[in-house]
Amino acid sequence: MVATATLLPGFADPVFDAQAVFRAAMDALARPGTIQQIGCPLTPPKGLCAASAALMLTLCDYDTPVYLSAALAQGVVPGWLGFHAGAKITSDKSTCAFAFFEKGSTLPAFGHFSQGTQDYPDRSTTIILEVASLEGGARLSLSGPGINGATEIAPLGLPATFLDQWRVNRALFPRGIDLILTCSNRLIGLPRTVNIKALEG
Amino acid sequence: MTALADYNFAYLDEQTKRMIRRAILKAIAIPGYQVPFASREMPMPYGWGTGGVQVTASILGPHDVLKVIDQGADDTTNAVSIRAFFQKVANVAVTTKTSEATIIQTRHRIPEETLGVNQVLVYQVPIPEPLRFLEPRETETRQMHALEEYGLMHVKLYEDIARHGRIATTYAYPVKVAGRYVMDPSPTPKFDNPKMNQSAALQLFGAGREKRIYAVPPYTDVVSLDFEDHPFEVQTFEKPCALCGARHVYLDEVVLDDKGGRMFVCSDTDFCETRREEGHRGEMLGDIKEAAE
Repeated sequence: MVATATLLPGFADPVFDAQAVFRAAMDALARPGTIQQIGCPLTPPKGLCAASAALMLTLCDYDTPVYLSAALAQGVVPGWLGFHAGAKITSDKSTCAFAFFEKGSTLPAFGHFSQGTQDYPDRSTTIILEVASLEGGARLSLSGPGINGATEIAPLGLPATFLDQWRVNRALFPRGIDLILTCSNRLIGLPRTVNIKALEG
Repeated sequence: MTALADYNFAYLDEQTKRMIRRAILKAIAIPGYQVPFASREMPMPYGWGTGGVQVTASILGPHDVLKVIDQGADDTTNAVSIRAFFQKVANVAVTTKTSEATIIQTRHRIPEETLGVNQVLVYQVPIPEPLRFLEPRETETRQMHALEEYGLMHVKLYEDIARHGRIATTYAYPVKVAGRYVMDPSPTPKFDNPKMNQSAALQLFGAGREKRIYAVPPYTDVVSLDFEDHPFEVQTFEKPCALCGARHVYLDEVVLDDKGGRMFVCSDTDFCETRREEGHRGEMLGDIKEAAE
């Protein structure tokens, strides 16, 4: 039973807010490296940033098993997600449709999540990872579908093994996880097709 | 909006939109791969663009400007009825001008005007599987895509050459997307295939009856299949458009009488009208000023 005092409201306008957030997510994945913004006001439950919470309400429902990091799973997020989206929480990384991680949490190896199959590569996990900042970190060069030539991002707070893990993930194509980086009310999409390289300086 | 109390915005319920939206995101992440989705019955028959309509309904917002074309034309039955549908259920702004639209739903053409980064092109697709007429079993075609086994498609194109001396496929001409998946570009004339390559606009494909959604992200390689000694070529036309004089555009043949009279005019009606407004004149366009006098 969720204590009513802890249950925060969801979208003020479930139809149009979800549409606007989806378009931001669609543009983020269609144009990797661009920073998209969530326009609608949303008070996220403790542990989530506004962008992660908005993606949760926009994409999750009873069809999508959701994996939460250990800290998120113990907080108010499961109750909030259950009430507003009716999504089932799972502790099985290999079958979840979405996985959410808060800032500073330990990200398990991508290989533990659902990679999809060669026949159905779409049945893979989308990981939503909150980082300390979407700017100001080590510079990364991106190329691939959705990018006109090459572009750069510099998120702060990615796991140390991120580039190696991503290289493995990229090599699995068409299988592999898709990643959305969030911070505050902004997000960057990194679909499995993106090539990521570290830049000097 | 008060008169629309019976329907959710853009007709579909929110759970359906979420399901379609998730499919769209995965389709973007795997360019050219057909994502299965739980296609709904729409208030129009299969074959009238129910796949495209469901994709459009799921991405459409109140600030979008929608353009709908059918074989390039804004004023044909399918385009008019789908445009009216979205005006009714979403109260959305509509246009016939390609440059003003944020979402363009199309049946079998890509507008002549180059699309921009703020535009999404939604295709209505009848048969999404490019290998379907070569291999009717879904289990087999799925495995062929999984193994990237596209030899059969090249055999088909080769048989065209053996029989006709050239690749005789003129529409739904197979393409390879981002170097991996062979994709059916929907029955657009092959004339439009080069426009899909490295397009600035996002391209989404919806097949309602076949329950598949696929996508080509912006700035993605879309290569028409061919052979070194039989390279891919688009259709060429001997004469320019009879109304606006445009060359290097796709033309429709219009029969004028029962004595063999005919004219060739732009298939893209907005492109043709814009050119005529700019003062371009084709050979069959009478002098408007003189006619008025």
